[in-house]
Amino acid sequence: MSDDVLRIRTPIGIKYQYSAGPRVSSHLIGLMEGRFVGKRCPSCHLVYMPPRNGTCAKCGCLLGEDVEVGQRGTITTFCVVNVPFLGQTIKIPYVAATILLDGADMGMQHLIQEVEATEVRMGMRVEPVWRPREEWQPSMENVLYFRPTGEPDAPYESYAGQL
Amino acid sequence: MAERCAVIGVGQTQHTSCRADVSIAGLVREAVDRALASAHMTMADIDAIVIGKAPDMLEGVMMPELWLVDALAAAGKPVFRVHTAGSVGGSTAIVAAQHVTSGVHKRVLTVGFEKQSDGNAMWALSVPMPFGMPVHAGAGGYFSPIIRSYIKRSGAPAHIGCMVAVKDRTNACKNPYAHLHEPDWTLEKAMASPMLWDPVRMVETCPSSDGAMALVLASEDVADAHDGPKAWVHATAMRSEPTAFAGRNQVSPKASEDCAADLWRKAGITSPIDEIDAVEMYVPFAWFEPMWLESLGFAPKDHGWRFVEDGITEMTGRLPVNCSGGVLSSNPIGASGMLRFGEAAMQVMGIAGEHQVDSVRKAFGHAYGGGSQFFAMWVVGANKP
Amino acid sequence: MRDVAIIASAQAVNTATTTATPVEMLIPVVNQVLANAGMARSDIGFWCHGSCDYMTGQPFSFVSAVDALGAWPPIIESHVEADGAFALYEAWMKIQTGEVDTALVFGNGRSSSGDINRILTLQLDPYVVGPLWPDDRSIAAMQARACLEAGVITERAMAQIAARNHHNALTNPVALRRGEHSVEQLLAAPLVASPLRELDCPAHSDGVTAVIIAAGDRARSLRARPAWIRGIDHRIESQNLGNRSMTTLPSAVIAAQKAGVANDKIDVAELHAPYTHQELLLTAALGLGESTSINPSGGALCANPMMSAGLARFAEAAARIMDGSADRALGHASSGPWLQQNLVCVLEGE
Repeated sequence: MSDDVLRIRTPIGIKYQYSAGPRVSSHLIGLMEGRFVGKRCPSCHLVYMPPRNGTCAKCGCLLGEDVEVGQRGTITTFCVVNVPFLGQTIKIPYVAATILLDGADMGMQHLIQEVEATEVRMGMRVEPVWRPREEWQPSMENVLYFRPTGEPDAPYESYAGQL
Repeated sequence: MAERCAVIGVGQTQHTSCRADVSIAGLVREAVDRALASAHMTMADIDAIVIGKAPDMLEGVMMPELWLVDALAAAGKPVFRVHTAGSVGGSTAIVAAQHVTSGVHKRVLTVGFEKQSDGNAMWALSVPMPFGMPVHAGAGGYFSPIIRSYIKRSGAPAHIGCMVAVKDRTNACKNPYAHLHEPDWTLEKAMASPMLWDPVRMVETCPSSDGAMALVLASEDVADAHDGPKAWVHATAMRSEPTAFAGRNQVSPKASEDCAADLWRKAGITSPIDEIDAVEMYVPFAWFEPMWLESLGFAPKDHGWRFVEDGITEMTGRLPVNCSGGVLSSNPIGASGMLRFGEAAMQVMGIAGEHQVDSVRKAFGHAYGGGSQFFAMWVVGANKP
Repeated sequence: MRDVAIIASAQAVNTATTTATPVEMLIPVVNQVLANAGMARSDIGFWCHGSCDYMTGQPFSFVSAVDALGAWPPIIESHVEADGAFALYEAWMKIQTGEVDTALVFGNGRSSSGDINRILTLQLDPYVVGPLWPDDRSIAAMQARACLEAGVITERAMAQIAARNHHNALTNPVALRRGEHSVEQLLAAPLVASPLRELDCPAHSDGVTAVIIAAGDRARSLRARPAWIRGIDHRIESQNLGNRSMTTLPSAVIAAQKAGVANDKIDVAELHAPYTHQELLLTAALGLGESTSINPSGGALCANPMMSAGLARFAEAAARIMDGSADRALGHASSGPWLQQNLVCVLEGE
């Protein structure tokens, strides 16, 4: 039995070309300029930053005008990641948070650093730390991470509707 | 208008982290053979086959039902493939039931499977996409912030997740098919389990399993003629909502609440806690037990954790939840939902063995998927609906 | 059985590449099919979607499609990892249970996201065939060669199929490839995978198809002449390439029989045959004769948006019933190598 072949390895390699989509373009260009540009839903008027896949999922419609939102935001909820996995690009443990930028109506995911994981709180105010300008790409990775601003925490009621 | 339908056969594999002894085909066949045997049937008796599994990238075979035709002796038959994310096992059972309730077929085999050891699940569930920020770390990274929101909102004490985990792991020791057989868990030991995705501890997470679950569903005349236990399908329901939009409640999604309300209405149930005798609920992270108890209408808002604390969901409690050990003890993703549906049927059929609850008249099976956005549920009963 | 009919359809213009995201491609087509039916999103009882993760290159890729549906309040919805025509089958069954009276079904695929010929290799036996990486064209060419050697088809007949489909596509505004070609020109073209020439192979494309079906009086109230589904069935056969017939399609024969194809003459048939020789095999298996007009749209040869192309055949067949140009039509969808799986639907006017 010990000579039986129980498993074989068959590598699979396929190349894909992903599209950002025309509605995400202005957002990506904004990132190249150090700005957070989202889009407003023409139906419910809420601001999506980032503009996801170019749609407002609630209304089932394409997003409309560009809206630049603030650089600072509030942590609505978060987790401390302490598990290694294939393809991971960030050293553990790290805090992955949902951040509601000022002027946006939906949170986005990013890292929190320059603070002990045990100090991170729901409601904490944060700001981005950008990479050096010469490294900027059309990607949210231009922001290395967010860090606390030192402002007082936002009251729970101000973001409870986002949970 | 709809025809009646009953589960007359149930079969599952031994679930474990790596079934190196079988191929995908062999794994599926193991569950199918057991289901057919319990239905007193062979493949020749089956009219149609409905297959469900989660992303094909987990194993690296695209639309594997095409390749599995020979293993299932399905040539010349209809083979139908469902994929609705983590809820797929439940949705697949519902689509299979519709093959009967529509009046189109009389004997339908359905099977859900996943052979996670053939690929890398953490990779397949977190393929880094361009343009964004790759901060997620698998399903735990997605769901733990939602759990944090629930804890904050409900005021639940920190040990509730561990209580659920200890209960399910203990129950799993009574289920010979369960992946994890770990009899030594105590609350104290669980609280010392390392934090993986704070606030989620390792003990509160599900394993990565190979496994399959198969059911044989029959029309009323076939079920009446069947000399063996059966579970009548009283009602099924499905609901979906988008992953993300401004103001979405992810702790208790409206799709979950709507789906449950629709199910209870169709099944003629007015008080779920009083009328359901056994629950098989999709709980991949322990905290989802109290969250779903509330969302589904078993417990009042912010009281789900009290049900856990008071032992109501223990096997001996008023509302036994996951006597099989649940997803926390076995998680072959594409089969996990069908395991919930099938284990609910087993409780009604009285064939759950050591984890059988006494005199189950009605049982509830539940699955969810995506970003808590796809829901599939059924109620099965000992009597005809 | 309840009477159920196709009452509206919409298709995106097929393209060779796309910059839009899949969900951006979906929204206009979903809006268009609703407009064609004179319905609002809230009028739809059930939604069903067909697509494939490996085509998109993303696990759970169908999840974002829900964003196109305006699924708020939440909807009754499901997804098949298959062509949208199979989503139509599930929806037809759902209506049969009496739970709903209307359904919107759709299929979408972006063949341009990756190398579709290579991606389809992943459908093959992962132990002994897949690791050799035969691509979709090569697999199809093996079948064509076997059919030629067996005398079931001729290269000239294949060229005639290519000429007719590309001619028909001249009047199809959503086709990707079209044109006038003589049989002699086609036979003189170079081989790309012997015995296949370029125009024997499908024009893989990016596309979306959406169809609305409705029961009984609801259908009659929405469309003057609905395309009634009189029979629908699908069957599969072994994939084992060494163990199945290369020259016949037994699964298509059974599906046609169960769907009642032979009960009366078929005016129009839309067949999901990606390769020219496969149209010949299908025509024989389905028992279609000279009196049937085959692929007036140009078929999958002229636009093959995988996961949408089968449903597009249903849409094209139904369109001929709804506009009164046909009384009895056949829609067909396929999946897998060598037309391994076949779904057949018979549509009639009233």
